[in-house]
Amino acid sequence: MRSRLAFLLSGLAVATLQLAFAEDLSMSLPKSVEAGNAFSIQSTGSGKAALYIIGPGQVLKRDVQLGETTLFPAGSVYNAGHYIAVLAGDSSTESDSFDVLPARKPGDLSFLARPSRLQVGLHDGITGAVYVFDVYHNLITGPTPVSFELSDPSGTVQKRIVATRNGAAWTAMDSTTQQGIDKFVARLGEISSTRIVDQVPGDPCGLKMTARQSGKGVRLATDPVRDCNGNAVPDGTIVTFTESYSNGQSTVDVPLKHGVAEIQMPDHKGATISVASGVVLGNQIRWDK
Amino acid sequence: MNQGRIFAALLGATTLALVVIGTVWPVRSAVAYAGGQGLLRSSSTPEEAVRNLGNDIRDQAWGKAYASLVNKAQFTEPEFVHDLTGYYPSLRTYATLENFDVLPLHASADAAKIELKLHWSTVVGTFVSVRDLRVVRNGDRWEPEWPIVKEPMVPPQVIAVNYLRWDVIYRGPGDDWGAQDVESPHVRIVDMHPVERADGVVILGELLNEDVVPAYVSVTATLLSKNQSPIATEGSFDKISHLLLPKQVTPFLIKFPNVALSEVGSIRMTPQSALIAASADPVIEIDDEHLNPAPGASLTGQLINQSGQVVNIAHVLGTFYDKTGQVVWVADEYIDRALLPQTPAPFEIYIPEDLARSVSSQRTVIATYSVGGSQ
Repeated sequence: MRSRLAFLLSGLAVATLQLAFAEDLSMSLPKSVEAGNAFSIQSTGSGKAALYIIGPGQVLKRDVQLGETTLFPAGSVYNAGHYIAVLAGDSSTESDSFDVLPARKPGDLSFLARPSRLQVGLHDGITGAVYVFDVYHNLITGPTPVSFELSDPSGTVQKRIVATRNGAAWTAMDSTTQQGIDKFVARLGEISSTRIVDQVPGDPCGLKMTARQSGKGVRLATDPVRDCNGNAVPDGTIVTFTESYSNGQSTVDVPLKHGVAEIQMPDHKGATISVASGVVLGNQIRWDK
Repeated sequence: MNQGRIFAALLGATTLALVVIGTVWPVRSAVAYAGGQGLLRSSSTPEEAVRNLGNDIRDQAWGKAYASLVNKAQFTEPEFVHDLTGYYPSLRTYATLENFDVLPLHASADAAKIELKLHWSTVVGTFVSVRDLRVVRNGDRWEPEWPIVKEPMVPPQVIAVNYLRWDVIYRGPGDDWGAQDVESPHVRIVDMHPVERADGVVILGELLNEDVVPAYVSVTATLLSKNQSPIATEGSFDKISHLLLPKQVTPFLIKFPNVALSEVGSIRMTPQSALIAASADPVIEIDDEHLNPAPGASLTGQLINQSGQVVNIAHVLGTFYDKTGQVVWVADEYIDRALLPQTPAPFEIYIPEDLARSVSSQRTVIATYSVGGSQ
């Protein structure tokens, strides 16, 4: 019983001594650091300790002499986010936190342009969205002006300048009336990203065919097929010829070649011949020859 | 222990007995699989002679079938085989004879006429071909005459084809993540109409490729109940022309067996499209189309391959409209023979009798497949 009491008392004495001689650790951190910039952490106390910097996807460890300044050179921390610094001495630990902010200077931008192919003459048909990043690929959330330029083959340029909000800027532009390959460029200072937008003709407009006798059949041919803006409808577009006669019908789907659709169909006197492409109807001919 | 031995001996004896029975009195299918003949090969009647011929065709015993013909001097064995399986690769080439019917039409002492109806089985369903055979008596045997249909020969010629084709380059692994991929073709359902049939609900409609590039298309539909919970989802499968060139329209038909239209609150349609490398050829003319009234309502016509390329399989899809222009039915037929250049091939698409009266007009489209081609 007596020995147990002595053991308890000696334990209490050791604990009290430890508290009395405990190191007085502390450190002063910057509130925030720009990604990639050098920074330093000042510690107080005496003796040696380990300094841990724990952040998104990154952990650093430095052996420090308490009371001295620990310097982190440029490029030490580069992922933007909330970091925790832990100063661990032999007998005590101190922790604090700071933020690493994206670098102010843009280093990269991601440009999403949709769609890559659309009809001519569509209002707000083309959309572009830009995300601005620094050189370490941190999203720069501060407002940054981004320039969007859409240029068609004739050299006409639509230009918009949009400030980013929370790291993103977007715009919508009209497709022009001329078919062709447009260049859609997002620019931020010296950084730019280019996308290609293919403006394609719309539905055929004023579809017209002519018919002539050809041997035992009737030769049908369309005029060059164009959309309502005068763009040539591309080859391969299907044109449907239908010949209706007293007791039957003949049909053929013909692809445009060199801008026209041409086919030979049976000769039925009094037949009505019509032409269509998709949902667009063309003219009708009554074949009486 | 003794009981086990008795049981083993019993099993052995039973197995031996079954082997002996199977060898002495084999079933017909076993004989066919073993490449042997049936035990009854008598041709003592015209029907038996034709039935034997049908069995040989089903077993693909071409030599035996050819040898049994009385008019074999008129054609060679390869010509006989090609008449049945096609001169060019086609649906027939990959078909197997499932069964056949023999129907006597006329008989005298020395000659008879028998109808041989052949039921072929293919990956896209069955088709029937009918041949009327003359059978003649030769001593105590009857021998059939095969009514050979020789493939029309296309005269040697050069057909100029202004070859038009699309190829696709997709985005690569090295591209920036923001770089857009090639846009999928824009397709649109231009008509959709649910119909209640005896075996369930059928959704009919038409799909348009409104883009300037070819599209591989399919359509799925989901029936939703009145409380918007899904009842069933089905696809158009082959009741659609999957390849649509720019501005081309295809009908589609989606079946929901064992569903009543009264259970359906709404329908969710999902057209799918993908870019596909394709060719604008061949051009197929559909000629001499006729809507034949009930009974046996059908759409008949003939296909003429306007190109110089052999089309191995042609799929004919008919869209039938009422007087108001609404789709009332979609039906199809596969052509079992290859389409040769400039050579007409007939087709017949059957229309349900109850709908035939409401059909006022029709539109036919052709999907083609060529061996070694992209279509």
